[in-house]
Amino acid sequence: MMIGNETVYDAIIVGAGPAGLSAALELAKGKANVLVLDRKQEIGCPKRCAEGLSNRYFTIMKIKPKKEWAVQEIKGAVLYGPNGKQVKMKQKNVMGYVLERKMFEKDLAIESVKKGAKILLKHQVVAAVRENGIVKLDVEVNNQIKQFKAKIILACDGIDSLVARMMGLNTKNNLNDTDSGYQYEMTGISGYDENCLHLFFGTEVAPRGYTWIFPKRDGTANVGIGIGAYVSAQTKLTAKDYLDRWIETQPGLKDGSIIEVNAGGIPVGGFLEKMTADNLLVAGDAGHMVDPIHGGGIGIAMEGGRLSGTFALKAIKSNKFTDDSISGYTKEWFNIRGNLLKKRLKSRHLLEQLTDDDFNYLAESITMDEALNIGNGTLSKTQMAILFTKKLIKRPGLVKIMMKYLSE
Amino acid sequence: MAVKNNANKCMYCGACVGVCPVSAIVLKDTRIVIDEKKCISCGACVKICPVGAMNL
Repeated sequence: MMIGNETVYDAIIVGAGPAGLSAALELAKGKANVLVLDRKQEIGCPKRCAEGLSNRYFTIMKIKPKKEWAVQEIKGAVLYGPNGKQVKMKQKNVMGYVLERKMFEKDLAIESVKKGAKILLKHQVVAAVRENGIVKLDVEVNNQIKQFKAKIILACDGIDSLVARMMGLNTKNNLNDTDSGYQYEMTGISGYDENCLHLFFGTEVAPRGYTWIFPKRDGTANVGIGIGAYVSAQTKLTAKDYLDRWIETQPGLKDGSIIEVNAGGIPVGGFLEKMTADNLLVAGDAGHMVDPIHGGGIGIAMEGGRLSGTFALKAIKSNKFTDDSISGYTKEWFNIRGNLLKKRLKSRHLLEQLTDDDFNYLAESITMDEALNIGNGTLSKTQMAILFTKKLIKRPGLVKIMMKYLSE
Repeated sequence: MAVKNNANKCMYCGACVGVCPVSAIVLKDTRIVIDEKKCISCGACVKICPVGAMNL
C-alpha cells in the first residue's frame, strides 16, 4: 500500500548520525523545512566507532563538552611498538574527549529539532527518483511504503549508504581502502592511564592497522581493532579473531567484562572525487569522510555534514538544484579538509610498507614531534628527506621506501 | 552461488553493503538482505566482514 504525502520538503537528510544531524542543524538554523530519516530504531546506537573526538572539532563545530556525554578527558596517547616499547606523549591540557555517542547524538538531535528540524526513525529509504526537478523517496515504514518529496537529498547514511547510489552517484568502497573494525566496550579493566588513548601496532597484533584502548572512565573503555580488509583473506582470521587473541595477551584486559559489542567497516581512503549529483549532496562515512591514518570520523563527518547543509541552504535560497549549481561543495570540502586527508592517505601508504622491525627502529629514533609532523603531512619533501636521511641512514630498506614515497 | 549471511554471527554493521560492487546487499535495521540475482560471488563482503558472518 502506498501512502502519498503532498508536503515537498526543502531538504530530506537520510541518516541521523553526526553528519546528518550537523547538516540538519545548519539547514534548520537557515529556516529550511528539513526532515531527517533514519532506518534505525535508536539515534547514536549501535555505535560503529571508538568515540574519540579531539578539541579541534569542538572549536570548529562551536560546541562545548557536556559531562553527560564527554565522559573522559584525554590528555595524550601512548603508542606501543611491536616489541612492546612504549612512546608516551601526554600534556597538561585536555586534547579531546571520549564520548558516550548515544547521549552525544541525541543531544545533536534535540538541538536540531529545537531549531525546527523534524526526525523520523525506523524509516528506510528503498527508492529515490527525480521527477520535475524534485526527488521522490519511497520509504519503508511499518510494512508500508510511504512517499516523501524534497527539493534536495543529503545522503548521510553511513558506509552502507545506498541512497546516493540510487541517485546515480557511486559511493562504493574499494576493498583496499576499507578497514574491518571490531570492538568491545569493556569494564573491570586496569593498568592503563585513563587520560590517554592507547594504540598498539604490529603485524601480529593488527596487520595494516592497530588495536586501541579508548578509556571511558571507571575502568571502562572501548577496546577495538581495525585491520585492512584484505588481511582476513590471507590469514583466515577476522577482525574479531585478532582482537580476541590480542586481549588474551593483555593482563589488564583479559579478566574484564564485555558490556557492548560493536563492528563496522571503515572507509580509510579512496576519497570521493565527486560528492554531488542533481538534487544530491553526500557527507560523512557515505562520502568517505574519514581520517585515512587513524580511521576517526566523528569530527570530520560533522564538519562535512555542516558544509553540505550550507550548500543545500544556498541551493534552496537560489532554487537551483542541478549538479552544476551545487558542485562547488566538493571543491570547498577538499579546500577545507579533503586535501589534508589526501596528504594523510599518502602518509598511510608509507606506513603500510614498514615492517615490524622498521616500526621498532622508528619508535626508538624518531621524536614524537617528528612523528606528528610526518603523520600530519605538514613537512615539505625536502624537510622529509633531511629528517629521514638523518634518521634512517643505518636502515637502507627504509631509505628505499622513503625514496619511493618522495618521488611519487 | 550467492553469498549467505549467518544471522547468528552478524553484527548488522553494514560493512558488507559498503564494499558490495553491485549493490546486492541491503541492511534493514537488524538484518542483512541479499539479492541473490544481483550477487556476483566476488567475495568482497566475505573479506570485509569483521566477524566472519558472510560465506560463499
